[in-house]
Amino acid sequence: MKTISENEAWDLVIEGHGPLFDLKISEVWSYRDLLLMFVKRDFVSFYKQTVFGPLWFFIQPLFTTIIFTFVFGNLAGLSTDGLPQPLFYMAGITAWNYFADCITKTSTVFKDNSQIFGKVYFPRLILPLSIVTSNLVRFGVQMLLFTGMMAYYAIAGGSFRITWAIVLFPFLVLLMACLGLGLGLMITALTTKYRDLSFLVTFGVQLLMYMTTVIYPLSAAPERYKHLIQLNPMTGIIEAFRFAFLGQGTLTATSLGYSGAVTLAILIGGILIFNKTERSFVDTV
Amino acid sequence: MSVAIRVEALSKMYQLGQIGTGTISLDMERWFVTRVLRKPDPFLKLAEANHREVKGDSNFVWSLKDVSFEIEKGETVGIIGKNGAGKSTLLNLLSRVTSPTKGTIKLKGRVASLLEVGTGFHPELSGRENIYLNGSILGMRKKEIDQKLDEIIDFSGVERYIDTPVKRFSSGMYVRLAFAVAAHLESEILIVDEVLAVGDAEFQKKCLVKMEDISHNMGAILELCKRGLLLEKGQIVRDSDVGTCVASFLERDKHRQPSERSDKNGLLDLGRISINNEYSYQIDNSSPFEVTVHLAAKDIANATLFFIVENAFGQSVVHKRVSSAEIGHSVIDGEFRLHVKIPTLWISPGIYTMYFKTIAPATGWSGRAFSERISVEVTGQAEASGKAFMNPSVTWSMHPEEAKAEALLV
Repeated sequence: MKTISENEAWDLVIEGHGPLFDLKISEVWSYRDLLLMFVKRDFVSFYKQTVFGPLWFFIQPLFTTIIFTFVFGNLAGLSTDGLPQPLFYMAGITAWNYFADCITKTSTVFKDNSQIFGKVYFPRLILPLSIVTSNLVRFGVQMLLFTGMMAYYAIAGGSFRITWAIVLFPFLVLLMACLGLGLGLMITALTTKYRDLSFLVTFGVQLLMYMTTVIYPLSAAPERYKHLIQLNPMTGIIEAFRFAFLGQGTLTATSLGYSGAVTLAILIGGILIFNKTERSFVDTV
Repeated sequence: MSVAIRVEALSKMYQLGQIGTGTISLDMERWFVTRVLRKPDPFLKLAEANHREVKGDSNFVWSLKDVSFEIEKGETVGIIGKNGAGKSTLLNLLSRVTSPTKGTIKLKGRVASLLEVGTGFHPELSGRENIYLNGSILGMRKKEIDQKLDEIIDFSGVERYIDTPVKRFSSGMYVRLAFAVAAHLESEILIVDEVLAVGDAEFQKKCLVKMEDISHNMGAILELCKRGLLLEKGQIVRDSDVGTCVASFLERDKHRQPSERSDKNGLLDLGRISINNEYSYQIDNSSPFEVTVHLAAKDIANATLFFIVENAFGQSVVHKRVSSAEIGHSVIDGEFRLHVKIPTLWISPGIYTMYFKTIAPATGWSGRAFSERISVEVTGQAEASGKAFMNPSVTWSMHPEEAKAEALLV
């Protein structure tokens, strides 16, 4: 046995503690087919054996918009920067929903998939990524609803305009995805050991929505709370989103740059924590 | 030959009991000790060997401790051990489901692991969709699955249902489909756990032919593997050819059972066994031998005496009986030595169990007495193909056809 040199080329070395900074991007890339399979599975299994099928994607944002228009628009009389109320809320809800879905669904990824994770190895990051991607499909469908509504208000003569910032749209979606993913990864990594956090997620995301400019514009926020609201990286994204599609909102290089920087930091932090946890979470989940 | 897997001082610690309460404080303590004080992890020291039955003092156990071995390219190795010996832990570590506490594993080549069939099957998806999903989970590329799709469907034998959601499959069909996918994995290293315990006999055979791998089932282990690793309490206690390993496992499991009697009056008693007047338990399969047992009885009439030899699977190889009257003692009273002379036993080499048993009307039929059970190592010539249990010495001859006719005439 000693004839074999110690410097042999091994394809894989498994050790107790891996390198701390390893995003495992190349490994994830080699499993890209699996990512697509998971997306397909999520999508197909969502509407199988339902009567309305993908129509369900519309129902939730539609009803939320109606309720928001009634409660915040009519009863509370919050400002919508002069935009048609349903359009204002729909924009916020569509964008926020994507971010919120990314967080809540990724935050339970270890718990929900412990069955698969306990039996076969693949880069664990594939599953959260597939969640973000399949939510993207859902987001796309909801964007259709939103543009349909825009078309309706354009014909009915609502006051809004599409601005140059629409070119930023893909970037905004990417930011939301990464921010949701990063936060979700951190939460799921911690929930494997401390289940308490999972109770906090849905509740916390709901509260966070009121800290973001979903139901009110930043311009209408009271001056002393403005900075606090701006600290939330989602504020810059939602404001930019509304500015791009409806022409009202606060879009500055600083606000978007801040959101981008925070997102990047959270994403990298999330992946690192996740990769550290995935190595042995099966033992504790 | 080159090494495909090298495992060095592999250890895995598990925490028993409820994980949750106190975990934050434990984690903080551990973090403080290891990272701030730079001392070895206190919980690693606390951990003890994994005795399943014995209640330990520590909540941390070593499921595997300092396991090292190498597997060459092209070898099939069976991992044998009791429940909780660390088999699954070892396979989990090899397939990267969880990571070791200490030690390293080095692998060469593509690894495919089958710890379960049908991982990730989604009940709502059709058979075909699940082939793609399951195949991808096991690490196949889509192109690969495309190429093998027809082969997989054909192998599974559920072509008719292939576009039906798998939740409508019978459990047998489900397993067939799942196994078909697994059977078409191409890899240099294949790790398999307990999966062969599924499917009907016909399908199992098909899979055995297709895969040649490892399993829980002793018969399959013997059939498939050349080398065995016997695990006990997280450590390798034997690394040898698989036959010896299985035998040694079954033997360890039973241990050496002392004599027992269910007759409470102590009227009839069997004691220690010796072979050829010695307490060394080894016999050659091509020589005759004599077995002796100590017997004590108080005025027992019409006793029946048995001599039994069992193979490693608990099947009787020899089962002889005699009434005491036949050997000149219609009533047994006092202490005796009971002898059995056995002509050559042409059984294949391995570990066998040997014991005596008696029953007598006086003690009641339930009042049987057993001698100690000893394990005997049979040595000698093995049958060359490795398929037969016996290798008797036979005489071959061949004669022209007329010779036979003549013989008939005589």
